[in-house]
Formats: sequence, C-alpha cells, structure tokens
Amino acid sequence: MMEKMIFGRYVPADSVIHKMDSRSKLIIIFLFVCIIFLANNAVTYALIGIYTFFMLGMSRIPVRFLYGGLKPVLWLVLFTLVLQLFFTKEGALLVSWGPIKIYEEGLRMGIFISLRFFFLILMTSLLTLTTTPIEITDGLETLLNPLKKVKFPVHEMALMMSISLRFIPTLMQETDKIMKAQIARGVEFASGPFKERIKAVIPLLIPLFVSSFKRAEELAIAMEARGYRGGEGRTKYRQLSWHLADSLQLVLLAMLTILLFLLRS
Amino acid sequence: MNESIVSLKEVSFQYDEQERYALNHVSLDIYEGEWLAIVGHNGSGKSTMAKLLNGLQFPQQGEITVCGMQLNEESIWDIRKQIGMVFQNPDNQFVGTTVQDDVAFGLENNGIPRDEMVRRVEDSLRKVKMDQFLYQEPHHLSGGQKQRVAIAGVLALRPSIIILDEATSMLDPRGRGEVLETVRLLKAEKALTVISITHDLEEAAKADRIIVMNKGEVFREGTPEEIFSMDEQLIQLGLDIPFSVKMSKAFRQKGIDLSKHYLSEEELVTELWTSRFSI
Repeated sequence: MMEKMIFGRYVPADSVIHKMDSRSKLIIIFLFVCIIFLANNAVTYALIGIYTFFMLGMSRIPVRFLYGGLKPVLWLVLFTLVLQLFFTKEGALLVSWGPIKIYEEGLRMGIFISLRFFFLILMTSLLTLTTTPIEITDGLETLLNPLKKVKFPVHEMALMMSISLRFIPTLMQETDKIMKAQIARGVEFASGPFKERIKAVIPLLIPLFVSSFKRAEELAIAMEARGYRGGEGRTKYRQLSWHLADSLQLVLLAMLTILLFLLRS
Repeated sequence: MNESIVSLKEVSFQYDEQERYALNHVSLDIYEGEWLAIVGHNGSGKSTMAKLLNGLQFPQQGEITVCGMQLNEESIWDIRKQIGMVFQNPDNQFVGTTVQDDVAFGLENNGIPRDEMVRRVEDSLRKVKMDQFLYQEPHHLSGGQKQRVAIAGVLALRPSIIILDEATSMLDPRGRGEVLETVRLLKAEKALTVISITHDLEEAAKADRIIVMNKGEVFREGTPEEIFSMDEQLIQLGLDIPFSVKMSKAFRQKGIDLSKHYLSEEELVTELWTSRFSI
C-alpha cells in the first residue's frame, strides 16, 4: 500500500509527454502555475481547460490514474466552492432559502476558483505521472545549477534526493520484516484502540531508526572508498536530452500566455 | 614471488575511545597478483586493516605503501583508484537508483568523460554477467547479484587491487559461490591482487596465502595447508576448520592414511572413491 503511495504515481507509457525532457516539463509546470492567475473570465478559463485536457490527452494516461490523484484533494475543491458560494455577497441575489443566500458573484467566483484548483492539480499530477522521480531530480539539479554561484548546495541536494529514492524500497522491506518480527512477539498493529496502536508503532520505529543510521554510516564509507569527494570535478552519467518537442511545448505555452493576456477582462 | 604491491611497516592503530590497539605494530607485504586471505576472530583487527589500506582511517604509527605511493592525505585519492573495496552489506554500498547508475558512481566521482563511462559500465557489467540488468533497481536483485554489481563498480575504475571485506558473509551459499567465482575469473584475466578479509575458512582455503590475525597482531602466515595443519590453535583463536580438513583428520585418527590434508570437499571425495583402503 505504501509503495503505491510513492511509486504508484509514475505510469509508464509511450507518449510525447513521457518522452519530454524533465527540464521542459518542470519549466512548463512552473509557468503554468503563474499564468493560471491571468484567467479571469469564461473565455480565458475555457482556454486553460482546453490546454490542460490537450496535455492530458497527449500523455495517454488512463483517466482512473488521474482520478486517483484528484480524489484526496476533491474535498478541498468542494470546500472552496462552498465557501465562495456562501460568503461572497455581491451581484444579484440568485437563491434565497431560509438563511442561505447565494449571490451571482459568489457562484462565479466559486466556479472559477474551483476550476483553477482542478486544473492545477491535473497539471501537476501530469508531471509526476509521466516522469520518474529520478528524472525529476536530474531536471531540478540542472535547472537549479546557477544557484551554485550563491553557494546553494545543488549537487548535495540532488544526491540526497536520489539516495532517498534509492533507499525507500529497502527501508520498506525492512519495515515489513520488523513488523512481522514484532507481530510474532505479540504486538498488534492492526487492531485495538487508537492509543494502543500508536504505542505499537514505537517498537517498529526504534529498530528502523537504529538500522537507518547504521546504513547511512556504511553507505558513507562505501561512497568515500569509491572516490566520492563532493560535487567538484564530477562528471554525470545520466544525461538529459532536449528535443524539438520540448521547444514546441514551450512555444505552445507562450502562445497560451499571449492569448490569456489578450482575452482577459 | 612477485613484487610487493602493498606494504605495511610497524603499523599501529587505535580507535578513539578504546585503550587497546586495534592493530599493534603490524608489518607485512602483499605481493602483486596473489590472492591473500586475512582471517581472524571478530575484533582481531582484520577489518581495520582494510580500512587503513584505503585511507578510510589513518594509522597513528607506521607507514603504508600502496603501488609505490606512500599513503597520506594527498595520495589517498590516487590510492583509492588503485584499490577497489567490496563491503559486507550488499544494500549499504549500492548508491545508484539502478544497476547502471551504481556502476557509474565511481566513474562520475573520478570525472571520467561520459562516452568513456558508458563503455566502461557496459564492459564491467558484462564481466560480472550482470549486463542483462542494466535498468534494474536494487530491491529486485538478490544479495549475490548486488555484490556482483558492486564488483562491477570496482572493476570499472580499473584497480590493481580488490579488497573483499567480508563481502560474502551475508550471502547464501549460492550467492557466495557466484561472487567468489566471479572474483576468481577476473583475477586470472586482469592479473588483479585480491585481498579477502573473511572468517569463512572455506573461502580462505582457496587463497594462495593466509594471514591469521589475533588481537591486532599477525599470529601466523602461510599457505592454506600450513595454516590448517595447526588445527587446535585455530580453534583456540575462535576460528573453525573447513569440514574437509576436519574429515581428513578424523580419517587419519581412525588409521586411514590419506596422502595429504584436503582443503576442498571435492578433492577429498575424489581421494576417497579412487583409493583402496584396508580397514
């Protein structure tokens, strides 16, 4: 179950979006998050909607995976809708039902803000659904490279991320093993009152912590023995490659931005 | 014998909080192209020795020379290129997210250009017969496979010495066999010097020379035959004797005269079914 939470995100498929460079995807998502705030009327929201669904279509990700990403945040979207509906008191009165009064502006704002949320979540899930975590790490490392000038530890951060990614399955396997060992000794993880179950996590966490520290130390020694001495003078094995499709995607986004500027009220 | 490739002169080392010396005035030579096994009880100083050779720890006294270079702060990076180490826990030395990334890690550290890296990664994975697993993630590999990837990572840097620091102790018999066989083939092909630090005497039995460590000192040094003939003493040091050696000894006590000490089960079995005994 836990494995699904972290790895179930990436859905392999042979699509244009999957083949894109992780750098261009990251740039597009970042810009998209900015330009979505340009939309302020029906036409501009429709444009953003068309763009979002166009991208989703190209990724060939089955709808159920997108829904899986949306489900936990759906409540938040509904909540903002309701909040806007009841607390904006501008424009013409539409519905009056006892103490509940819904105004035109409230309805408009509610729909727009929920749509904004909706599109943002879809686009960001698109990134994680079509890009492996390690590709995202590589992309971030290259994009943030200029920050090295201001002494921001870009290489170290990227290495930390990739080592964490590599050790997640190992630690999961270990958690599973410890859990079984503790169950064999009579610890109940799945039943009993809430307080008891929280307490039961302690004999799971402590051995896990101890072994993680041991692993970290051994890993550090192994890395040093293999000649690791920080990012300087290091070459990279993984390579990112920027294709025509990446440039075209950026052009498409630029066109969207221009249209939004022209059509917003 | 060949030239000495590693030499320790009067080396002493003490861990910070401990009074006892982990290594106490140890002097020894390791020769080019040999397979040397260093055996000893836990705490005999054998793993400390491996760490000293690679500059992971520095001795308080004495001198270490590796491939003609004296070990010090400046030379450790060149020395680490010459010495590849494979550690005990297969998981805790796997740095990359996939097999190929892990093999490339050491190359990246040494600033090898990418084209060259790709060639060396493929090449060394083929040598350890793991080239089918290029994109595999570590949690889908067995312990023996992970250790073979670790050997490939070492090999990619083209070292002259490989240190196996208890590299087979966490593996099942099959994984152990795989790893040792790989190292044996590579040693023959590349004229490597192999230093295997182990407490598995079956593994040590296959070496050219054995050094027995005890309490931070070299206790005995000799060929496997010589070492295993001191059986009682070995047991006192907390080491066991290989099964085949024990068997030959028991046969001899029963009055069955075997021609020599047998180091491998295979040899012993062959002798038993080809000889005529009168009981």
